[in-house]
Amino acid sequence: MADMRTPLNKVRGLGSARGGTEHFWRQRLTAVSNIPLIIFFIGFVAAYSGSSYEEIRAALAQPVSALLMGLAFVSVLYHMRLGMQVIIEDYVHGEGWKIALILLNTFFPVIVGAIALYSLLRIAFGG
Amino acid sequence: MVQLTLPKNSKVKQGKVWPKPEGATNLREYRIYRWSPDDTENPRVDTYYVDLDDCGPMVLDGLIWIKNKVDSTLTFRRSCREGICGSCAMNIDGANTLACTKGMDDIGGAVRVYPLPHMPVVKDLVPDLSIPYAQLSSIEPWLQTVTPEPAIEWKQSHEDRAKLDGLYECILCFCCQTSCPSYWWNGERYLGPAVLLQAYRWLIDSRDEATGERLDKLEDPFRLYRCHTIMNCTQTCPKGLNPAKAIAEIKKMMVERRV
Repeated sequence: MADMRTPLNKVRGLGSARGGTEHFWRQRLTAVSNIPLIIFFIGFVAAYSGSSYEEIRAALAQPVSALLMGLAFVSVLYHMRLGMQVIIEDYVHGEGWKIALILLNTFFPVIVGAIALYSLLRIAFGG
Repeated sequence: MVQLTLPKNSKVKQGKVWPKPEGATNLREYRIYRWSPDDTENPRVDTYYVDLDDCGPMVLDGLIWIKNKVDSTLTFRRSCREGICGSCAMNIDGANTLACTKGMDDIGGAVRVYPLPHMPVVKDLVPDLSIPYAQLSSIEPWLQTVTPEPAIEWKQSHEDRAKLDGLYECILCFCCQTSCPSYWWNGERYLGPAVLLQAYRWLIDSRDEATGERLDKLEDPFRLYRCHTIMNCTQTCPKGLNPAKAIAEIKKMMVERRV
């Protein structure tokens, strides 16, 4: 089917969404918070590599470790969701596929985060 | 999905090798993209030889020499031949630039000339730029005021005028626009570096009174935020401008007005 719309019609499209800045800003905020949290995470993994299961459990149960680890999960997963959404919007152009993938892209970090935080709470408070 | 390969009828084939000019000793090889809407042939790359003793030093001089002396059907846009009209923007030696300001001696081996990437081709080296032009008109690139017009002129301090340096020099050749991968993938929704640089030129103009409305129109995940600071635009600009910085400044204004 020939597309007989004018170039200006195509370009103006559905108009401005009046949004996107919040997404942009949160991506920067989580990028900044990721720096210390990922350093902590790598440091923790390096410090306890080779330790026994009980030692690692005990270290994770420390309030500071548990809190930083929990924050790291939230910050990294949120940042991942924001970044992945941009990639989907860049490359996936079919509306159906795009909405399905953005849906999955939201569910995935929520599920992973819920499992991670639940596990962390179990370890921190014993059980 | 984004299409990463060319459709069958757009695959570029080896074209004709035109004869070398008789008696010439100082030759330069040109490989030029050719496509005509008047037949059903695929695009092809023709090879030409330019007599450097009979031709100026710029890539555009060579193209004009070929059109005059070898093949009059070779089609390209050109006008001022001094880098101010922006007509002869094309992909030369793998990068978008102006044929008139690119010297042949800057290029090693054959001079490879293609139209600006990812635009529909009208013929040979002539791209269809109607979408970028419509995008430019959509940002309303003119002074907008509410205050009644003064009797003589809108005044501007020297400092405020200096803010337009590096922006007003843009000649709208669209080298940056068509070098941007984000623009390739979302060309109808993302405004692109050339148009956003123009938008910033009016946002930063101290005389303009429509800054808020301009920002409202730009605030969109696709119109503005498809810029991922890839920087092809700044690298390729034949006028040495920095569209990526202009886009970053627009994003800063967006954040500034809400925090």
